[in-house]
Amino acid sequence: MSAKIWILIWNSTLQTLGMVFFSTLFSLILGLPLGVLLFATGEERQGGIIPMPLLNSVLSRIVNVLRSFPFIILMILLFPLSRLLIGTSIGTTATIVPLSIAAAPFVARIIETALKEVDPGVVQAARAMGSTNFQIVRKVLIPEAMPSLVSGVALTIINLIGYSAMAGAIGGGGLGDLAIRYGYQRFRGDIMLVAVIIILVLVEIVQIMGNRLSARLLARR
Amino acid sequence: MQIRLENLKKKYGSLHAVNGISLSIPSNLIYGIIGKSGAGKSTLVRLISLLEKPDDGHVYFDGLRVDDLAKEELIRRRRRVGMIFQNFNLFSSRNAAQNVAYPLEIIGTPKAEIRFRVAELLDLVGLADRGNAPISTLSGGQKQRVAIARALACNPDILFCDEATSALDPQTTHSILALLKEIQRKMGLTIVMITHQMEVVRDVCDLVAVLDDGKVVEEGPVADIFAKPESDVTKEFLSHLVGTDAGGEEQMVQWSSKRGAYILRFRGETTDQPILSQIVRETGIDFNIRAGGVQKVGGEVEIGTLVVDIQGSGKEQEDVVARLRERGVHVEREERV
Repeated sequence: MSAKIWILIWNSTLQTLGMVFFSTLFSLILGLPLGVLLFATGEERQGGIIPMPLLNSVLSRIVNVLRSFPFIILMILLFPLSRLLIGTSIGTTATIVPLSIAAAPFVARIIETALKEVDPGVVQAARAMGSTNFQIVRKVLIPEAMPSLVSGVALTIINLIGYSAMAGAIGGGGLGDLAIRYGYQRFRGDIMLVAVIIILVLVEIVQIMGNRLSARLLARR
Repeated sequence: MQIRLENLKKKYGSLHAVNGISLSIPSNLIYGIIGKSGAGKSTLVRLISLLEKPDDGHVYFDGLRVDDLAKEELIRRRRRVGMIFQNFNLFSSRNAAQNVAYPLEIIGTPKAEIRFRVAELLDLVGLADRGNAPISTLSGGQKQRVAIARALACNPDILFCDEATSALDPQTTHSILALLKEIQRKMGLTIVMITHQMEVVRDVCDLVAVLDDGKVVEEGPVADIFAKPESDVTKEFLSHLVGTDAGGEEQMVQWSSKRGAYILRFRGETTDQPILSQIVRETGIDFNIRAGGVQKVGGEVEIGTLVVDIQGSGKEQEDVVARLRERGVHVEREERV
């Protein structure tokens, strides 16, 4: 392979990293409050601190619908939103919008599940000491659930690496785009192979780092 | 601080967990609330510690109604109430010192002051050198000590102990109870002990209320309840104490594996009098002593217990029981099993 192709691969990798980084960030910004809200409004015996059954079931439905939506279709549906926010619907930056929105409900569920693992007795103790709901979330629930939250974020990043490759199919840029345009459409099996290997390595790195960080947090307890 | 409960009621579905409880808990002493599981203890604690609102009835702290407080006022009130639990409920993401610091952090205490106060509290509970220890490295007794330090951080007026010693072995229970008693004296606070262990009531409480089926069935000074139990529930609690006590010298001595037909309870000065032999001489009726012992209640009053059979006909037995009662002995007839 020529140097030009290697530069192409390098640029695509950077694009993928950029997409994954920003969409992880935005999906956390959207998903964290949603996940906390899902948990907090849930049933009291499951740890819900402000039980609101109606709001909880509405949120839960929305999250389920968004999660079961095929990503590629969601992306097409969100083209107008990307155009509104970014000014275009193609390219790396534009793809961050559907990626973030697709991952947000996933993040919300992961956060809800992690918070449900926190011992309700500990939350009761914090409440009895006169903590406000915000203090319970920030100073008790999130620190107590941190090891699971870290694993959950690692899982989110891995999912987003996969999604971002898919986004390449409809002009999203990054390694997926490279694999399709060069590897598939121009019959460059070697480029396809390199793109896939880089994606696999990225996933592996995130998985290992997530596991290590989570284990280290647990070991300190 | 004194607490008054007025006809408290709380229902879960069709279950009347707390069904019309009225109690008056004086300040500056240790008040026991004992009951079997399902008697409504946990619900009662949640009501008095303001974690839940009653369906009916009122809670007063020092004459002020507190069960209907608005959110902000409620949170401020809870900060003046300490609470410890059976499972300690410590934050695993924080070490011992950080756990004790939590209640101070949430009220915005300056960092330097927190550090000083935490050191003081850890010292009070005998864990001065374990501040940096992760919670998982502490023993059950040490965990409960951290929990006590955390509960006392904001100088509460009341300390609720919800089955605080139920997960601990007898020796650790003993040391935790001694610590609570010491703290009560030092800080002059009101301690409410919710338990199913009669030995806890015997060893530290001044007053006790016995709960059954969501109601108070008996209430009064611990020594009175031990000497003259009235309700079946109380008698059952006392019978569990016989022979199962780990207090060493206070143990009941069994002479026979069979249980006798009568339980005699002597209190204070009556323990020193030769009542049984006097009655034997007067009536000519013999006693068969099956088991007996003396236990200290609240560390001061002695309560003697004898499990006996009385020989003779039904009428003669009644006569003996009457003579015993005349001399201030509390007599209970044991149901034959």
